[in-house]
Amino acid sequence: MRRFLWVSALAAAIGTAAHIGLAHAAGALEGPVDRQALNLPAIIMFFLFVLGTLGITYRAAMQTRSAADFYAAGGGITGFQNGLAIAGDYMSAASFLGISGLVFASGFDGLIYSIGFLVGWPVILFLIAERLRNLGKFTFADVASFRLEPTSIRILSATGTLVVVAFYLIAQMVGAGKLIELLFGLQYLYAVVIVGILMIVYVAFGGMKATTWVQIIKACLLLAGATFMAFMVLWRFGFSPEAMFAEAVRIHPRGDAIMAPGALVADPVSAISLGLALMFGTAGLPHILMRFFTVSDAQAARKSVFYATGFIAYFYILTFIIGFGAITFLMTDDSFYTAGAGGVINRIGGLLGGTNMAAVHLASAVGGSLFLGFISAVAFATILAVVAGLTLAGASAVSHDLYAEVIARGRANEQKEVRISKMTAVVIGLVAIVLGYVFENQNVAFMVGLAFAVAASCNFPVLLMSVFWKGTTTRGSLIGGFLGLVSAVAMVVLSKAVWVQTLGFPQAIFPYDNPALFSMAIAFAGIWLFSKLDNSQQAKSEQAGFDAQYVRSETGIGAASAHMH
Amino acid sequence: MSDDAHLRVLRSPRFQELVRRRAGFAWTLSVIMLVIYFGFIALVAFAKPLLAVKVGGGVTSLGIVLGLVVIVSAFVLTGIYVRRANSEFDALTARLKEEVQ
Repeated sequence: MRRFLWVSALAAAIGTAAHIGLAHAAGALEGPVDRQALNLPAIIMFFLFVLGTLGITYRAAMQTRSAADFYAAGGGITGFQNGLAIAGDYMSAASFLGISGLVFASGFDGLIYSIGFLVGWPVILFLIAERLRNLGKFTFADVASFRLEPTSIRILSATGTLVVVAFYLIAQMVGAGKLIELLFGLQYLYAVVIVGILMIVYVAFGGMKATTWVQIIKACLLLAGATFMAFMVLWRFGFSPEAMFAEAVRIHPRGDAIMAPGALVADPVSAISLGLALMFGTAGLPHILMRFFTVSDAQAARKSVFYATGFIAYFYILTFIIGFGAITFLMTDDSFYTAGAGGVINRIGGLLGGTNMAAVHLASAVGGSLFLGFISAVAFATILAVVAGLTLAGASAVSHDLYAEVIARGRANEQKEVRISKMTAVVIGLVAIVLGYVFENQNVAFMVGLAFAVAASCNFPVLLMSVFWKGTTTRGSLIGGFLGLVSAVAMVVLSKAVWVQTLGFPQAIFPYDNPALFSMAIAFAGIWLFSKLDNSQQAKSEQAGFDAQYVRSETGIGAASAHMH
Repeated sequence: MSDDAHLRVLRSPRFQELVRRRAGFAWTLSVIMLVIYFGFIALVAFAKPLLAVKVGGGVTSLGIVLGLVVIVSAFVLTGIYVRRANSEFDALTARLKEEVQ
């Protein structure tokens, strides 16, 4: 019993992130939590992780000289390594805890979210990945501004990037503080400061190389831990999923209902809107798009998506098994529960720390306190790796897009640009610490949803239209992109998550949970309409520039030199 | 790349063949993925009883089987694309590059 005390408050902590479909990226923990006693094995293992990654950062810093080294690891990451790093960006602490918790509580419904997070990848591969690698250098703005007027397109792209990074980062910082407070027994503020300082060190000194390797190591640790848990669960059932399902149906309070869809996807419009945001939001996340510039050519870019899809699919199958494993291992054991009124135990909500702690309890049940410490350390490492990637994406938008193109008008030298990027990383880290502190007791669960909606409604349409449609002009992209950005933000603010749950109004003005269906339509229609209406001389020369862009995006001719040095 | 060079590529039959084959393939696979995913979402939204149907005589439901099929199909589709792109399309691209450079 005692070994579970330190995790006993996570119900409020992981918050609603998983339940509104943002589990994979959120780490959005809310509400007050009780700080726990110091968890020594977890702290020691996390310390080893930090030591190892700082060693890698030192080596990366020694090798990082040019801008290509800093932003894109010199193009020297292999397809397999990049696949692991992309998968790492995707497998967050909240994804692990949130989806397995959802499966624990309602079975099948957990699978719906896993699938939504996964299916964006094939589409990214078929339509985006190679073209991005062929056209771009360091940021997706390089691609969007290939033939369009660079200053305004970079302002738009950098704005989209910074908005996405800001909301994502706040959710991660608050999540990190709360999770670490619980798993490690560190004070919230210390936890936030440690995360902020480590991410500054990784990014400012090690650039993309260090950020990628931190992500790769964490992905391996998380996959290994989850594999072990799923293995132990299946072992108990003689490796028969049917036997596991049968046992789960027998003891779960909802019985056979856990094998079919429940109430999670209520109205079809919200379901489709969420599906669109998940699918195409991924294709507009700046820290994900940057990863395609770290490989040597289009072929390696393709391979990275293939490996990433495999790892992510495998990971989600593991979380599904872990969720069912938690039902079979935990629900019959009273020591994992707190009794409610009259000594009655609620077998779902009564779990110590709430349903999102299902995977953590299962870790302890199958591997004892040492393995519990390992899983806690991996959760911390996961958050660190994700915030480092976000910081690098934000810093690149400021230095490579805003400084080099807009302020210095393309006359900045490489050394100065990288220096600005490092300074920006420090600033972003400090701002993140402050925001993490300020937002400690705010509802931040909606912020990751907002980040995905903005990525799907601003970054993705601008990128896709500039690459695929000859008629796209600067004016069209600019107006359409900003309309998508503004409408996504406005609809999230007017939806239940913010308007009712945060601002306290009685009735939501926007009736659906996710704006993507509408804001994406607005962005695409806006780009199309205002490009059509644009009869300027500049528009004509931009449309004439499409052919050269088309040849390069399809073949990579002229792109090979981007990373040679 | 000079204007002249890209025009030469653009007019090359090999380039046109590459683009036609790859675009057809990529959009077909994209549509397959979209149909599979939104078909699954539509079943979840409109045909819950169908997904609850038991398969194989045990407790395992059709929904779980289909869910796993969607996950596996995403991986398989990327595999199919990468396989053809890394052999056929890359070979075409390489020949095209030799031709114009």
